[in-house]
Amino acid sequence: MPNSQTKTKVFSLVMRRMRAPLIVLITAYSIAILGMVLVPGQDPDGNVWHMDFFHAFYFASYMATTIGFGEIPYEFSNAQRLWATLCIYLGVTAWLYAIGKIMGLIQDPAFKRVLTQNRFIHNVATIKAPFYLICGYGETGTLVIRALNQRNLRSVAIDIRPNCIDELSLDNLALYVPGLCADASEPEILRAAGLESPYCAGIMALTDDDQVNLKIALSAKLLSPSLRVICRAESKAIQNNMASFDTDHIINPFDAFADQLAIALHSPDLHQLFEWLTHMPKTALAERQHPPHGHWIICGYGRFGKAVHKYLQFEGIPCTIVETSPEEAGCKGQCIEGRGTEAVTLRAARIDQAQGIVAGTDDDADNLSILLTAKDLKPSIYTVARQNNHSNEVIFNAANIDLVMEHAHILTLKILGLVTAPLLSDFLRLARHHKNQWAKEVVALLRPIAKGSVPDIWTISINEQQAPALIAAFKAGSDTRLGHLVTDPRNRNHRLNTLPLLIKRQDTFIPLPQLREQLHKNDQILFCGRYGVFEQMSWTLNNLNALRYIETGYNRPDGYVWRYFSGAAESKSWPKAIDERNQPRS
Amino acid sequence: MNFEKVVFGFFIVLALTLNFGFFIGTIDNPDHHNVYELFAAIVVSLIATVLKFGDRTQMGALLLSTSLVADLQLIVAALIWGIAVHVTETGLTPSVMSSIVSLSGGALLANLTSVVLLIIETVTLRR
Repeated sequence: MPNSQTKTKVFSLVMRRMRAPLIVLITAYSIAILGMVLVPGQDPDGNVWHMDFFHAFYFASYMATTIGFGEIPYEFSNAQRLWATLCIYLGVTAWLYAIGKIMGLIQDPAFKRVLTQNRFIHNVATIKAPFYLICGYGETGTLVIRALNQRNLRSVAIDIRPNCIDELSLDNLALYVPGLCADASEPEILRAAGLESPYCAGIMALTDDDQVNLKIALSAKLLSPSLRVICRAESKAIQNNMASFDTDHIINPFDAFADQLAIALHSPDLHQLFEWLTHMPKTALAERQHPPHGHWIICGYGRFGKAVHKYLQFEGIPCTIVETSPEEAGCKGQCIEGRGTEAVTLRAARIDQAQGIVAGTDDDADNLSILLTAKDLKPSIYTVARQNNHSNEVIFNAANIDLVMEHAHILTLKILGLVTAPLLSDFLRLARHHKNQWAKEVVALLRPIAKGSVPDIWTISINEQQAPALIAAFKAGSDTRLGHLVTDPRNRNHRLNTLPLLIKRQDTFIPLPQLREQLHKNDQILFCGRYGVFEQMSWTLNNLNALRYIETGYNRPDGYVWRYFSGAAESKSWPKAIDERNQPRS
Repeated sequence: MNFEKVVFGFFIVLALTLNFGFFIGTIDNPDHHNVYELFAAIVVSLIATVLKFGDRTQMGALLLSTSLVADLQLIVAALIWGIAVHVTETGLTPSVMSSIVSLSGGALLANLTSVVLLIIETVTLRR
């Protein structure tokens, strides 16, 4: 185990370094003590007197530490004073040397590194809840960890840049996130960060180096094959390489954005639903996007431009490409040579006929300039910008751009869709197969629940651990329905502010289940609702009396005595509802 | 020849010989047990202990523990001596002396174990 190994390393490192100072101290003390015993003194009667070991040790102790209690038990003879003078220099020097060594040891970078690594390993080991191991605490890592924190999920961060880990400790997070400054491509570091821990729910390789991400994914798959691996990759070769050893999720930010744009084009409501469910928790809800279906101009035919071009063509939208070096970039179809920042080029690209423009170069200033020029030429044009640097967020916001693609943001949304709740990624996958009209209905249902900010999302498994009351009710013969779970346990006429999104029963999925849907053991249900609703729902899940009240309206008295006084006929079976109101409203 | 091994062996064997020198003699006769020899035994034993610090092998751990036992026994013996003479002022009666010497006898066993372990290590390594 790496844990005990590094611990012994620290211990023996300290011991080894302490050898010399301790031996110097012991030698100095023994010389001083022996000398004090041997050097003759005089007692008050004038007899020759030798100090004994007891007093010599006492004297040496306070002399060497410069405490200095004086000459005891009798006043010293001159011979003793001479020896004591020598001993003072010897003892004080020995102490200074020893303290200097100890201080040096504490300051030693190697020692400090071992110590921080040790503390990190200890902190990771104390996490007794599922956690995600995040490699790369850059912009994406920061956003993902913040979002996980708000969803009450634990995480551990590794980054090779020391200032990033410093920022992690400054970031005000509700749940403690252990961070280590180390090279995540070293398997030993991944193991130290809990790769093999039973609580590790998954690992995310989010560094901006594809090779490092590849190595992390590889190590994770070899060391802990069942672990969920989420990887960022920006080149096709690396993507294919990762896919070859079954990396669970490979995210290319360019493709992810182009895909989002394509969804926004053919079903804007579905795009809105995706945004709402995967956005940073508690932030404002995104407005619906209406990308036009007419002619588009794409400025910059790099990785981003290519991805957007591919997806737009797939949607059957005609595009004109503007690129500084068309041959090198391998442009196909209509292509104009130029940067796109000047009006001439945009006019040549027939901006008067275009409905949308994408500024996709790798320079933020160029991108802004392209869009501002385009808006000058045609104010109604739909603008899409690629934002390369997170620090430029303010000016991109000020530029009033319709759709901004930022690496970190796109990656984060994609990852949150995968990890927020176990069933969310299934729901999003199923949603893709539905028509835009379906998404529109879901959005309409969500709007009153979300009330303007990104809602909480959680999954419930109907089993003994998570829903003991339901299991007990099943045994007593109740036919609990989904509607009961979304009823307020304090007042059964009220509905909780939540929307069940999906039920998973064995291998079948029921998206947007009806409230009269009967629940079964081992069902998994995905809910979305206001923050705090989950706590109210837990009351129903855990407390049989609350569940019985919701289902039947009976408020069963607690304890035999009260039941006796209330005269309620005690029956083991589930009571019939006292009214018909308990039929779940759909 | 490894200088570190020479120093190490020297101190371990010296701890044993000094300890033996103090221990030998009639158990309750203070004349047979020299206080300087006890002092030297303690100092050498302490140095031998420190020399064993930081050895990460199994043998190193065992050597360290035997040394710690010897230290403990000898320091307790010295404490009894000091208390009997200066604190309670009973003086070195036969009973006090025999408990001091028997404690040092225990330390002698521990030191003997140290030396035996050292010899075993040397023989098995043969370098």
